[in-house]
Amino acid sequence: MIRLEKRKEPSRFWRIANPFLAVLLTMIAGGIMFAALGKDPVAAIRLIFFDPIFSETFASYSRPQLLIKSAPLILIAVGLAIGFKANVWNIGAEGQYIIGALFGAGVALAFFPAPGWYIFPLMVIAGAFGGFLWAMIPAILKTRFNTNEILVSLLLVYVAERILAAMALGLMRNPDQPGFPGSRDLRRYEAAYNAEIFAGTGVHWGVVAALIAVIFAYAMMTRHMLGYHVQLAGQAPRAARFGGVSPARLVVICLGISGALAGLAGMFEVSGPGGQVRIEFASGYGFTAIIVAFLGRLNPFGIVLAGLLLGLTYIGGELSQMMLQIPGAAIQVFQGMLLFFLLALDFQTNYRIRLTKGARA
Amino acid sequence: MRQPLLRLEGLTKAYPGVLANDDISFQIGTGQIHALLGENGAGKSTLVKMIFGLVAPDKGRMTLRDQAYAPAQPSEARQNGVAMVFQHFSLFDALDVAENVALGMEKPPALRDLAKRIRDVSEDYGLPLDPYRLVGELSAGERQRVEIVRCLLQDPKLLIMDEPTSVLTPQEVEILFRTLRQLSSEGTSILYISHKLEEIRALCDEATILRNGRKVATCDPREKSARELAELMVGQVLTPPERPAKPKGEVLLSVENLSLKSNNPFGTSLKDISFRLHAGEVLGIAGVAGNGQDELLLMLSGEILSPSGQVRLKGQPIGQLGPNARRVRGLVTAPEERLGHAAAPDMSLTANALLSGAKRKGLVKHGFIDWAKTDIFAHAVIAKFDVRTPGSHVLARALSGGNLQKFVIGREIELAPDVIVVNQPTWGVDASAAAFIRQALLDLASAGAGVLVISQDLDELLEVADSFAALNEGRLTATRPAKGLSVEAIGLMMGGAGDMHVAHEAAE
Repeated sequence: MIRLEKRKEPSRFWRIANPFLAVLLTMIAGGIMFAALGKDPVAAIRLIFFDPIFSETFASYSRPQLLIKSAPLILIAVGLAIGFKANVWNIGAEGQYIIGALFGAGVALAFFPAPGWYIFPLMVIAGAFGGFLWAMIPAILKTRFNTNEILVSLLLVYVAERILAAMALGLMRNPDQPGFPGSRDLRRYEAAYNAEIFAGTGVHWGVVAALIAVIFAYAMMTRHMLGYHVQLAGQAPRAARFGGVSPARLVVICLGISGALAGLAGMFEVSGPGGQVRIEFASGYGFTAIIVAFLGRLNPFGIVLAGLLLGLTYIGGELSQMMLQIPGAAIQVFQGMLLFFLLALDFQTNYRIRLTKGARA
Repeated sequence: MRQPLLRLEGLTKAYPGVLANDDISFQIGTGQIHALLGENGAGKSTLVKMIFGLVAPDKGRMTLRDQAYAPAQPSEARQNGVAMVFQHFSLFDALDVAENVALGMEKPPALRDLAKRIRDVSEDYGLPLDPYRLVGELSAGERQRVEIVRCLLQDPKLLIMDEPTSVLTPQEVEILFRTLRQLSSEGTSILYISHKLEEIRALCDEATILRNGRKVATCDPREKSARELAELMVGQVLTPPERPAKPKGEVLLSVENLSLKSNNPFGTSLKDISFRLHAGEVLGIAGVAGNGQDELLLMLSGEILSPSGQVRLKGQPIGQLGPNARRVRGLVTAPEERLGHAAAPDMSLTANALLSGAKRKGLVKHGFIDWAKTDIFAHAVIAKFDVRTPGSHVLARALSGGNLQKFVIGREIELAPDVIVVNQPTWGVDASAAAFIRQALLDLASAGAGVLVISQDLDELLEVADSFAALNEGRLTATRPAKGLSVEAIGLMMGGAGDMHVAHEAAE
């Protein structure tokens, strides 16, 4: 018979090992899925995880793409992880990402075509503010009316998507090309363009922002009283109150930080790689970032690694779609499996599985 | 010698790192009230768990009525007529008494029949209980009755009672003892676990004393003095805490006519609380659990805010200040629940030192934590209060209850407060650590601080307190000098026994 025993202390080994094991299991299960689809599983896995970086044919395009895809994931996940540690569950980063992009693009379009060094910084501020504002809706509803932030933030994603569509077709539509949905291309507006800082590397301002966010988050969580309070509130809410933490204030701070970072990510995307406000602008970064946060163990540096890996699956997914005609949804299945395996494996961080002889009556 | 009911021979149980029970043998006679005496960690719980089928012994055997007895689980123990009343009740607040009893039965009868049986049994044994009352509305003493009646319905041959009086008023204790004596005279054996010596001397026919997992003696407790029993239990000579006489100082903390609604549906609202705490004074507040102790502590710590002027520290209103602002002004608190309230279980002792020390010890500059300084503070507490731990990096939950309590109380005392409020300062702590904590509180008072001790342990309060008040249903009695107060008088202050209708007041 199998019995579960709670461990006295969570296992350090499994905490570190589980993400790697989860990746491995995902590759195996993914391979089985590809085989069922009638594709060569080894080739498909290779195409997703190795070729984007190591293949000579694809690497010149894929390598810069890696940073472009990973930066928003990391930026969003760092913010989400802070909230998750405090048991504040912002599931709606996708919505905050969209609103941040709209605010950033709004500033750019308002100034168009004026030149000016100050336009891009203003867009950055507007992007962060947009995400912050959108996250304040669940925050205030929670602190005032005790609503569930998971539901409210999630449902607001769909509201944000409708606003995005309305903007792309209405207010923000490019007046010079009224026949097409979508705004002006910000890549053609120099003052607003989030260009590559080093050509051919994929390093744009969003990558820089992600790095800064990682370092700040690490310093905050390990050295600052706010990080201490976040961890207290997540681990022992009563002890947090004894330590003078106001739960309502913490909800606002956690949602505010994660919203602002998600908004920033959206702004850097719309002014750079995305280029314009389009109906299909949102690409699921806000949801994938949840996987990144958990896979990275809610640790800022772990999130960097996890962000790079998930970024890789985006690029590898595109490649496999192109080369092997694997359906695009397969990659979402892949990402889902990753989280699924991780959560399942995490059980053994806190529990020990014991085989006992004979069933007890 | 009466016919033995249960015989234990050489019972041994080891856990990783500790030998919880080492070769324990004794027997319980039919109809005997047998005490199992020992400090926390002496091995009482492990032994009882083996008898009740929760743990299997590594070695040794048990004989029940001359038959080999090795229960694999509690239901088997129950079938053999062994029943147990646990220290912590397993009752559902939102269900009524009969429903709770039915939940514990394998084949419950119809609720109406069960209610009648509950009423019969409770009347037979002098434990009045209304089967249709919600458990959430019952006092701790009444809840215990539910557990006892639940056991009695099984018609047990051996009733195990784990620290039954820790939640009772003296009068309720009397009622319980009468019930137990009646059971004993009807031939039911009772294994009575406690560390309260006077009780054991009053109630029990025989006592087995455990220390560090070994049996040190089996004796007739009525032939020993409480002091002799205590020294057998602790293994050393005990010195009562010293308390030099001193005059009362100025008023440090005052609460006036404060009423506060509890935010917990089964909590107790505070009603018209008033008291004054002077410099150098130890004010003891007695009361049975659940009469507003938690709420009183939260109100004083600043975790629940109150109208500004009704709580004053050194004359200044503090009702609207949070915990840290109060600490800065010199008021510190140590809540009853160590793990999860006074300390975060999954954080290190260093991180837990920061919990209340942050502001008052200057461990934080511009929001940034000085971990080195925090660690020095943690080490100081560990050294000064003899906290047994491999280091300050150890997680709070890895410490034993007594050690963590020393750390938590030590942390607050090290903050050099003007006023300290502690709830159950020695709950679950072994006798020597308890004496140490009490002495530290007395030292703080003689250095001029005001000390407020909320406790359910009357012996403790009588030992440390200068003045005395009791909480009952959220009301606080007037403060009286502790000197010359009899246990009966205290019992009456606490609300006394026979108070089957106290809950009706709550509805007003």
